[in-house]
Amino acid sequence: MDVYLDYIASTPCLPEVTKAVLPYFSEIYGNPQSDHEPGWKSKMAMNEARNDIAMLINSTPEELIFTSSGTESNNFALKGIAHAYSSKGKHIIISQVEHRSILTSAKFLEKNGYTISILPVDKYGLVDPEDVRKAITPETILVSIIHANNEIGTIEPVEEIGRITREKDLLFHVDAGASGGIVPVDVNAINADLLTLSAHNFYGPKGVGALFVRKGVKITPLIHGGAQERGRRTGIENLPGIVGMGVAARAARIDMDERLVYFKRLRDKLAAGLTEKIPNTVYNGHPDKRLPHLLNMSFEGVEGESMLLSLADEGIYASSSSTCTMMSLETSHVLLAIGLSGYLANSTLLMSVGLYNTDKDIDRVIDALPPIVQRLRAMSAAPSAIG
Amino acid sequence: MMKYSEKVMDHFRNPRNAGDMSNPDGVGKEGNPVCGDMMEIAIKVDDDKITDIKFKTFGCGSAIAVSSMITEMAKGMSLDQALSISKEMVAKELDGLPPNKMHCSNLGSKALKNAIENYKARKAGKEVAAEPLAVE
Repeated sequence: MDVYLDYIASTPCLPEVTKAVLPYFSEIYGNPQSDHEPGWKSKMAMNEARNDIAMLINSTPEELIFTSSGTESNNFALKGIAHAYSSKGKHIIISQVEHRSILTSAKFLEKNGYTISILPVDKYGLVDPEDVRKAITPETILVSIIHANNEIGTIEPVEEIGRITREKDLLFHVDAGASGGIVPVDVNAINADLLTLSAHNFYGPKGVGALFVRKGVKITPLIHGGAQERGRRTGIENLPGIVGMGVAARAARIDMDERLVYFKRLRDKLAAGLTEKIPNTVYNGHPDKRLPHLLNMSFEGVEGESMLLSLADEGIYASSSSTCTMMSLETSHVLLAIGLSGYLANSTLLMSVGLYNTDKDIDRVIDALPPIVQRLRAMSAAPSAIG
Repeated sequence: MMKYSEKVMDHFRNPRNAGDMSNPDGVGKEGNPVCGDMMEIAIKVDDDKITDIKFKTFGCGSAIAVSSMITEMAKGMSLDQALSISKEMVAKELDGLPPNKMHCSNLGSKALKNAIENYKARKAGKEVAAEPLAVE
């Protein structure tokens, strides 16, 4: 039996999600914009999904815009706000550990007349809210901070940052792509004006996400044309995906506490087991303020991709932030931001547990990894490669 | 795994010539920890031929496979022959590498060249003998 240990990269759909989605391919297929019964049926299904997702984050259904993904939501938030508020100012504040979709959108805006402040993080990956306050200028129109980083799992102090942006009357976007549906997210508690959600991270389908946009906030569409999503994000809706996202959101809300306990127990067991059996390891990310299901560790002297290959030989599938695993062959910006040396940044394993992992899975990984590390350390050219 | 050829996987799982060498005649390093690859090749030379060769590598599956393959190719070769091993030759022997991993085979041929240059420099008395390859 294979062990899937990469739930942060994507998750399988819940059985009830798959079941709920199937009719919307061949049985209920009207265009939600159509003014007849087949269309109304589709529209009703979308409304139900919208309600469920709104409840997940304590927003109203009208404040949700469906997109294709967290990446699109992030692009939409940055570019849509930048354009809509350009007469008010052209300065945006983000952090060093944002998702690539935020960093690249910000770079794009910088090339087009906007100034971007990129706040540093500490060794745990935490943004200091006071740094946000200090970076604000009369030209600032948006602060965008990730809720929980998908590489190291650190949960940012978004409540505090939200208080500051509210005080300064600034828009606050929170990328909850990795955290939404996993840990509690309340747009009012964190004073978020915009928030990104991504269905495939919480046992929903791929190819569907959402952007929460608080009532009263203007936003320029990325995609023009039709009337869907009240003109803010047009194009035929991914109806099956949206239905699936709704069902996944409902399950996430109802089962969240139970899941949190389960994920944390398995993750902590894995961490303890590996630390006990393998010397010279480093945890990356904050020890407590972090996602419950993610474990990012560096193994001195062993490169990440070589560990992944050896694990895959045993039917265990995880991930790594090591340079060699990125198609772009760039070192992880997150690991560099928290100050990891080149060697350690390339010696990481990113393991994330999920609903279908069992204790047996964890035991298997704890058995499999130590000999792998030992073998690779024995032939390593890295300095402190002590087996 | 579809991404690597069977040959690459074989050399990754069963690397040839991995490990320490005491009193090498030449040592060559190539790589950069920031990139995530560091190769060290150590050689013993007798009568202008590479009689023994060892590698130590911090790197991905390709890097380890390249180190294994290139040391296997170079063992027994004359220095001139070994110097002419190109990155394309190594990749070919491995039945190909993914395009974004070709730099690994480049690393291998460079590390080997550095080892041979180091041997020649030592022989010419230009350098003090380096420490053995093993980390004490």
